[in-house]
Amino acid sequence: MTKISLTVDGTQVSDDVEPRMLLVQYLREKLGKTGTVVGCDTSNCGACTVHLDGKSVKSCNVLAVQADGAEVTTVEGLATNGRLHPVQEAFRECHGLQCGYCTPGMIMQTIDLLNENPSPSEEEIRTGLEGNLCRCTGYHNIVRAVQHAASTEAGAR
Amino acid sequence: MTAVQDAPVQAEIGKDRRRKEDERLITGRTRWTDNITLPGMLHLAMVRSPFAHARITSIDKSAAEQAPNVVGVFTGRDLEDSMGTLITAWPVTTDQVTPNHPPVAVDRVAFAGEIVAVVAARSAAEARDAAELVDVEYEELPAVLDLKEANTDSVLAHPDLGTNKSALWVFDSAEAGTGGNVEDAISQARQDGIVIEREYRQQRLIPCFMEPRSTVVDPTAEQLTVWTSSQIPHITRFALAATMGIPESKIRVIAPDVGGGFGGKLQITPEEWATVTVARRLGKPAKYTETRSESLVSGHHGRDQWQKITLSATKDGTVTGLKVELLADLGAYAGIVGGGVPVLGAFMYNAIYKFPAYHWQVQNLYTNKTWVDAYRGAGRPEATYAIERVIDELAAEVGVDPLEIREKNWIKHEEFPFTTVAGLEYDSGNYEAATARAKEMFGYDELRAEQRRRRESGDRVQLGIGVSTYTEMCGLAPSRVLGQLNYAAGGWEHASIRFSGTGKVEVVTGASAHGQGHETAFSQIVADRLGVPFEDVEVLHGDTQISTKGYDTYGSRSLVVGGEALVRAADKVIEKAKPIAAHLLEASVDDIEFSGGRFSVRGTDQGMGIAEIATAVFAAHNLPDGVEASIDADATYDPVNFSYPHGTHLCAVEVDTETGETKLRKYVACDDVGNIINPLIVSGQVHGGLVQGISQALWEEAVYDESGTLVSGSFVDYLLPTAADTISFEIDHTTSPSTTNSLGTKGVGEAGTIASTPAVVNAIVDAVRHLGVNDIQMPCTPERVWKAIQGGGSGGSTEGAAMPHFESGGAAGNQEQPGTSSTEGGLA
Repeated sequence: MTKISLTVDGTQVSDDVEPRMLLVQYLREKLGKTGTVVGCDTSNCGACTVHLDGKSVKSCNVLAVQADGAEVTTVEGLATNGRLHPVQEAFRECHGLQCGYCTPGMIMQTIDLLNENPSPSEEEIRTGLEGNLCRCTGYHNIVRAVQHAASTEAGAR
Repeated sequence: MTAVQDAPVQAEIGKDRRRKEDERLITGRTRWTDNITLPGMLHLAMVRSPFAHARITSIDKSAAEQAPNVVGVFTGRDLEDSMGTLITAWPVTTDQVTPNHPPVAVDRVAFAGEIVAVVAARSAAEARDAAELVDVEYEELPAVLDLKEANTDSVLAHPDLGTNKSALWVFDSAEAGTGGNVEDAISQARQDGIVIEREYRQQRLIPCFMEPRSTVVDPTAEQLTVWTSSQIPHITRFALAATMGIPESKIRVIAPDVGGGFGGKLQITPEEWATVTVARRLGKPAKYTETRSESLVSGHHGRDQWQKITLSATKDGTVTGLKVELLADLGAYAGIVGGGVPVLGAFMYNAIYKFPAYHWQVQNLYTNKTWVDAYRGAGRPEATYAIERVIDELAAEVGVDPLEIREKNWIKHEEFPFTTVAGLEYDSGNYEAATARAKEMFGYDELRAEQRRRRESGDRVQLGIGVSTYTEMCGLAPSRVLGQLNYAAGGWEHASIRFSGTGKVEVVTGASAHGQGHETAFSQIVADRLGVPFEDVEVLHGDTQISTKGYDTYGSRSLVVGGEALVRAADKVIEKAKPIAAHLLEASVDDIEFSGGRFSVRGTDQGMGIAEIATAVFAAHNLPDGVEASIDADATYDPVNFSYPHGTHLCAVEVDTETGETKLRKYVACDDVGNIINPLIVSGQVHGGLVQGISQALWEEAVYDESGTLVSGSFVDYLLPTAADTISFEIDHTTSPSTTNSLGTKGVGEAGTIASTPAVVNAIVDAVRHLGVNDIQMPCTPERVWKAIQGGGSGGSTEGAAMPHFESGGAAGNQEQPGTSSTEGGLA
């Protein structure tokens, strides 16, 4: 067992974990952060995407011990003072989700994408989301949601 | 008059309401089954067979049993007496041959991935560690993997059955009295018309819902409670009771948030049955959540058919007959719909065309592969693919535009209602209107002109235009029809509407959503019907203790059947409230009118809202004599007919003739899905369906090696499209309301998938037809397209290409080239 301390969605946490424990298992099993989900076992689907020190990572591809001392944000930590993050709003507004299983990962990846490129082209959006699989939407409305978020965030700046 | 009375009633139906479901889904406040943790809960891991067909000679559990925190290790033999069996609901013929399907194999495994032992431990990681310590000895048996070989019975998937043939199901229009004799039509056409003969391959697909399946069982309460990631909680409850000998009243099945299904969760599974059995055996709550790799190998697959099509026509291209002969792979076992999946296509191959004669048959077969069952469209995409491909071949033979040959043969809008050669009555449709709109959106003539230019200039990149004019049968299903087809259950749907004392409305539906947006769309329907605010309606579903009756969600049935049940329940509520309103308003019940949520006395300004009535009923201080203190109502609706959405899809694909690479350039869909409750939800259904269908055409295939191992058994190997592989779509709708339900709806769940696969393949073939190509086998990989251009037929099977590291000369190339021939009568 290895002791780790980190910040998750603004809260300080500390636990003894097996060295092999994945970050996503730590979030779900130790912290009850079940908003972040597991969709595959080969790091293809991106459903488990979270932010590690502000950058998106697939949390099935990070060991919990690697997050020691880091700041982790999950989909559960995005809303501030009861207000949804603009990207969350955009996914609802543009019907960018159906079953919603890929959605936490899509939202976290979209935020990272827009942080890097605040006004992406459709092609840049599609390439930027290439690591996140969705089986319901055909991606059409996910792309619209990212465009919508980009324009509302631009409006807010 | 109050402000409330003056407020205009704005129709909810047709409004693009944002979904009620989304708030919890975008914030991570979700209830996926795997999120559930119960006190003292054990975790299960499955030991699975690596062999496609083998006898289990011994299982040594001792090392696993001694592993840390392991609570129990169970073989099929250990569980034999209590684990029940997995049943099929649809033996398609009375003499169907069906193997017994134990949830955990007892002495023999019939596909690679089948469960042979279950490990229970205090954590999921410990259960998986221990599963690796279970030592199973197998004696390998010959496996039958190829569908055509299975049909020869030379190797048997289940030796004790003596045959691989499950059932032969036949429909013949001459015998049924719904049309002429197809053999006569074909021989006539061989003399003086056109006969097109083709063989198409429906490759095996994997549903790939994003949420891996999970089951949590709590055996400690009075009712055995089963949370499961399923489309069918009600059917699961019935089947558990029927096969395990537990009274149905002692079982509660809950499908909480379910992350997609596409037919893949329309199943009763070995994993569910094993989890229930082990939890009961240990008397402790237990959870099993599959890995993605387990999901791909053990969850049922879809499609997997060979389709032999013979179409006869007169020289001018008027169709005279259609003969369909299918081989369908059920895999190792008959699933819950099982052999019925191909049969669902039996009534659809004639599609929108006026065939005077029709013969359809399927030979269902067992092989030593993962079982095959419903996958998005279930039988109907296969039908649409074959007919829309072969109609293109007829157009090429006659030498006219593919749309022209369709128009010549389709049912004209003034001919509805139309009884088809398959015996169905299409109630409404307008193929002309949908096609005209699609052509306009597509810029059909301009793209044809560009295609000509590229062809004439010998451009390396050729343009192809694909057409698909489909229809489908939705709203499964009239129970009487299901009975005639030997299906074991019914097709009705149930709804209840209840008012709380504060005037809020709870709607209970037997449909069980997993992404479709029922909570929103059903709220809209009830809000309109009862004239209550959208926000005041709460839709409850997916828990058999709340929604006690239902047939769940599949086959585009939720709105068409479940929605109609809602309407009827709402109408009963209004009828129950009327005498109470009359009593409270001191009027005769004959003078009471209901409109916009308000009961009023005809010819006066007196009235009261339905919520006020609900409050009055709750108190029950002043009700008419003999009237019960409730305006709640139930309805069970059994449809009398299917509904028939249709549409025209047009697709432009660029094909690089030097590399075989294909690129989607434009995709237009104009669907007639009847009246639309929520256009936002409908567009989402279409978009997602399109990509699943396009993906069959271009990317997806479950590939097995020569020993029966699924080599596309992870998301690294099974090609699901990403955002970067796909394009934005242009969609629109024409509307001819269905006449078979009050709302005029037809269902939209499968339209995109059904239509798009042939549209894409037709486009690719169209791009290279002038190079001598008339078929390319799916998925149309660059290699296959390139080979077809080089004169290699339809491009061959995937196996060799997928496995360059395997030695050649084995049974890998187990799929024959489809035979293609086309003869024009009189010239031979």
